[in-house]
Formats: sequence, C-alpha cells, structure tokens
Amino acid sequence: MAKVPVQFTLNGSEKAEFIESGTTLLHALRDKIGDTSPKGGCHQGTCGACSVIIDGELRLSCLTLAETCNGADITTTAGLAEGGVLHPLQRAFLDAFATQCGFCTPGMIMAAKVLLDRTPNPSREDVVEALSGNICRCTGYEPIIQAVLTAARANSQSAA
Amino acid sequence: MPLALQTFSSVKDANAALQAAGTRYLGGGTLVVRAANEGDGSVSSLVRVTDPGLSQIAVSDGKVRLGASVTMAAIARHAELAALAPAARAVGGPAIRNMATVGGNLFASAPYGDFAVALLALDATVAAEAGEMPVETFLASRDTSRAVVTAVGFSLPEAESFRFLKVSRVKPKGVSVLSIAALLQRTADGTMTSARIALGCMADRPIRAKAAEKALLGCKLMPQEIAPALAAAGEGISPITDPIASAWYRAEVLPVHLGRLLLS
Repeated sequence: MAKVPVQFTLNGSEKAEFIESGTTLLHALRDKIGDTSPKGGCHQGTCGACSVIIDGELRLSCLTLAETCNGADITTTAGLAEGGVLHPLQRAFLDAFATQCGFCTPGMIMAAKVLLDRTPNPSREDVVEALSGNICRCTGYEPIIQAVLTAARANSQSAA
Repeated sequence: MPLALQTFSSVKDANAALQAAGTRYLGGGTLVVRAANEGDGSVSSLVRVTDPGLSQIAVSDGKVRLGASVTMAAIARHAELAALAPAARAVGGPAIRNMATVGGNLFASAPYGDFAVALLALDATVAAEAGEMPVETFLASRDTSRAVVTAVGFSLPEAESFRFLKVSRVKPKGVSVLSIAALLQRTADGTMTSARIALGCMADRPIRAKAAEKALLGCKLMPQEIAPALAAAGEGISPITDPIASAWYRAEVLPVHLGRLLLS
C-alpha cells in the first residue's frame, strides 16, 4: 500500500509522517505517533472512546482517515495538562471518582472540553447532551456529569 | 484490508474514479469507514472531493440548497434552518453530527438515516452531475447509484407545517425505533389540504405513508378525525427487526407515535 505524507499539529507540536493510505487517525495517533490517549473501543462510531478535537470540533478518530487531516489542528487528552499540572477537567474527573476503569475517560474529557470551550456555564442538560455520544460501562454517568459541572464551576470562579 | 483514498478537486473526476469495482465515496466516514472497520471486504478504495461548494448552505427566497458535504451539526446551528434542526439533531451524538453529511444520510440503511426521512417529507430533490431527481426516486434506486451526490434542494417549510419525531429507547441519543417527518398544509380553519408523511425504520430506507396522507385530506387535527389515517399508517410498511425493536413492535407503535406527532 502506498504511503502518503501527512502533516498536522498535534497538541501544539508539528507532526509530519508517512502513513499508509486509508489509515484511520486513531491508528496513526496510537501506532505511528505514540499518543495512546484516544482509545479504540468499538471502531464503529458508537462508543466515543476515540474522540479527539479537530479544528475545534469533536470528531471520532476511528472513523476519520488520517490523510484527511492534513493541515489540521488536533487535540487529544494527552495534550491537556500543562507543565505537569492537570487540566481542570482531568482534575475534576479524578476528584469526582469519574474514572473507574478509565477507558472511556479520554473521550469523555474531549467531549466535555468542547462543551466548556463553547458553553462555560453549562446546565446539567447541556452536559448530558454533550456526553451523549460517549459510552461508559463503569460509572453510571453521574460522577462524570458532576465532574464536568465541577470543572465548569472552577473555571467560572477562576475567571471571576 | 488497507484502503486507498483518492482525493479529487472536482466531482467529474471523482465520478470517473467511482466506476472502479470496490470503490466507494468518502463523505463524513460514518458509514463507509465504519463498514471498512467492520471488515466489509467489498470496500477496497475510497474517493473524496474537496470542492468547497459541496459544503455550502444556501437559503434564498424560501428555497434551500444543502451541499452534500454539509454536516448535521452545521444544519442544527444554522439560524434559517431552525425547522430542520430537530431532524439534524436526531442523528447520533455530537461527534457523529460533526461528521455525518447530508449526502451520506441518503445512503444510510435503517435504523439510520433520520435526516433522509425529513428530506423525503419535504419532497427534496437530489442533485448529481447528471442532473436532479426527486428524493423518492433517488432512495428507490440508491443501491445502484454510482454518481457523487452533490446537493439536495427543497422549499423551506413554515415552522408550523413541518414536524419531526424520532422515537428511541435511550435518551437523549439512541438508535431509532422509528422516525416520522410530516409536511402538513392546512387552511385557516385547520382543514388539511396537503400531507406528506415519511417514515423511518418502516422499510430498509425511508418510505412514505401514502394511505395515511390520503386519509388526512379534509381532516382537522383532532383525535376522531385522524383515526382513519392512523389506522391506514401501516399500509405498505415492512419494518426492520434489529436489537432495538422487532418489526412487530415497530408496526404496533407506529400509529401511536404518528398520532402524537399529528396532535402535538
């Protein structure tokens, strides 16, 4: 299979790779680049575990071909912490016991980040809607919802 | 099996490439990449078009034209398409809506394709390089289609004349038990002069409830007057059976939900 050049920004760093045509972004990130924060769950677009942010929009990396991301700005959960300090969403997920097995957590955090970037003070219904494409088998969702609301409150307090 | 992706700037070149065996069109990827991930060996090569015109939304003089690459999210947030927002929001979760396209939804087999149900009720036209055809004709022949869909067009419905309902078991997002879209024209006193009703999950693709449409003419939206239409709603249907619901269940609850939609 022919290899094609792909360049994009991943968590603020320029990446230039040769990948096999037809490779999903999920595989490119995990197997080629080594960012294992997006998880391969269903590979069908159902579970949301592979969610990443591409040019500000939540997308499923398992259904996105890497070569369609040329020039894109991609954010994964691995890029959220700065200087060894967890992102408020990451901190809130830990504090709220919202991370039981942890498999869904990166996707949940990506979905929540897009929500808080656009709606800094979301309602509970906003959070439920934002997370509706992400499946969790452990938590029953309530700790996750509370974590997102807690992070939103922390953000609004720090901005005040 | 690895996929080879060919990228074209023009629809014409993509159409030529699509004629090769095993080649499918890549829109948002929610159908074709999913199929490839699932091991569908019939997909060996993908084609896409980068023409920005395919992603344009045009609303003018009551007419709407949606490029085939317009996403469900773009429709849901477009101020002038508020009447269609419920149908666009019915498609998947936020990430899927950022990827799923108008063109792709036309090819989605039941229980997916909720937006195509809305397009069928709206009597949309489907455009390709060779010209346009009614969405009903397109849906009937979509399995043999080998041309890139470029856009859909329809008259923007009045908010009060267009209704959409998706029934699912998981809230807020779940796979459809069924979906219904209706375009209802009434006189000032509420008498029905025209009705187009489209159903999702009542066949492998969206279909019209023509017997119910006919039974609604001359009626007012009151329980006793719509009863014949509800009784006729099941004519010609062949619901799907999947893990969400059986064909029997879908047929049983169709009149209930159609009644709720009409009386809402």
